Amino acid sequence: MSHIRKQSDYEKTFAFRFFRWLGGEKDTFVGNMEMQPQKEYIEEEATIEERMKDRQQVIAEVYDSSHNKELRFFNGLYKCFSIIFCIAIVFLLVVTVSYLPSVGGADKPTNNQVPETYITDGLKDTGAVNVVTGMILSYRAFDTFGETNVLFIATCCVMIMLMVDEDKIRENKESNDRTFEPKNDVILQIVANLLVPMIFLFGIYIILNGHLSPGGGFSGGAMIGAGMILYVAAFGFDKMGRFFNEKVYKCVKVTALICYGCIVTYYFLTGANGLPCLIPLGEPGKILSGGITLPINIFVGSEVACTMYAFYALFRRGGL
Amino acid sequence: MEVFNMILLGFLVVCAVSVSFSKNLLNSILIFMSYSLIMSIIWILLESPDLAITEAAVGAGVTSILFFITLKKIHALRQEPKEEEKDEPYQKTE
Repeated sequence: MSHIRKQSDYEKTFAFRFFRWLGGEKDTFVGNMEMQPQKEYIEEEATIEERMKDRQQVIAEVYDSSHNKELRFFNGLYKCFSIIFCIAIVFLLVVTVSYLPSVGGADKPTNNQVPETYITDGLKDTGAVNVVTGMILSYRAFDTFGETNVLFIATCCVMIMLMVDEDKIRENKESNDRTFEPKNDVILQIVANLLVPMIFLFGIYIILNGHLSPGGGFSGGAMIGAGMILYVAAFGFDKMGRFFNEKVYKCVKVTALICYGCIVTYYFLTGANGLPCLIPLGEPGKILSGGITLPINIFVGSEVACTMYAFYALFRRGGL
Repeated sequence: MEVFNMILLGFLVVCAVSVSFSKNLLNSILIFMSYSLIMSIIWILLESPDLAITEAAVGAGVTSILFFITLKKIHALRQEPKEEEKDEPYQKTE
């Protein structure tokens, strides 16, 4: 039997405090921590005068390059040494490069069993005709997961630094040009009308054919992101908000990352060395093949597209 | 094809040097864009079209756009640079 607890009892529990903290109803620092309100720094007249006098003195005595012999000598020496240093580094690097083994020889140190295994067993293990994508997204899926996380964290950091409150954006709508993009340029709009669908289609094509032809999640996602930027630049943020706003952005981004993580974890636990795996490899060359390569390509693509657009929107407007 | 490759590599070096020597920030970004474009052509010649696509989209497209927006934010893109150059604080210190 469950019964409703009294409010006073509930307020003592951990759950109450946790949800209060989560909802942001009470700041735990207020009252528990010594705080001082910030004062505006006002400089006195005397200190300003003193500072200016010091500055003048420094300029007159230290930076007086026409009379100060030591300084002139040092400047000349500095330039000479910087040039010599640069030339020495360039010379060293060029000499080092000339000693490197040439690319592609059969007896070169890079040509060991690792690329051989990837090339001979790649199609059998991953089911992807494009060996590069198969390698990146199944042998080295963990690397790519890290890169996707880097993209996620990068947008979070940009958001922390550049995000402006939605109310403030609306307040300043008239005073600044952040919200309306290039003043309804007709040429730009007609060109964007023609180009944006094609860019989107080509990006989707590259993502979906990542395991068959050159390309993959990152290239296709970057193209879709660039198409979205073109659309925003031509038609403004209001029209863009009809199909891509902050809510959609959050959903797509978090879903892509979580699904990627789940698929990679599952694949690493079961996929290798002939263990039974639910994801079929499929027939090589078909669009529905390549095991985990196709879904991961889609997730990476959506992540990258969101990142590109979010960078642009945050830099431009301070919000999505 | 060898000659074409050499010309492209020469352009690459010229672009890389002139980015750092150009006084105007807008010109620097445009040269940087052309650097990325040449790089993407070289990727195609090296038979890696996937890298070429990425280079063209990210290097020439998105990065330069982000640079442009940053320049606009810090008010370094001027309509008439000759008139307003005088009261630019960072050029005074030169």
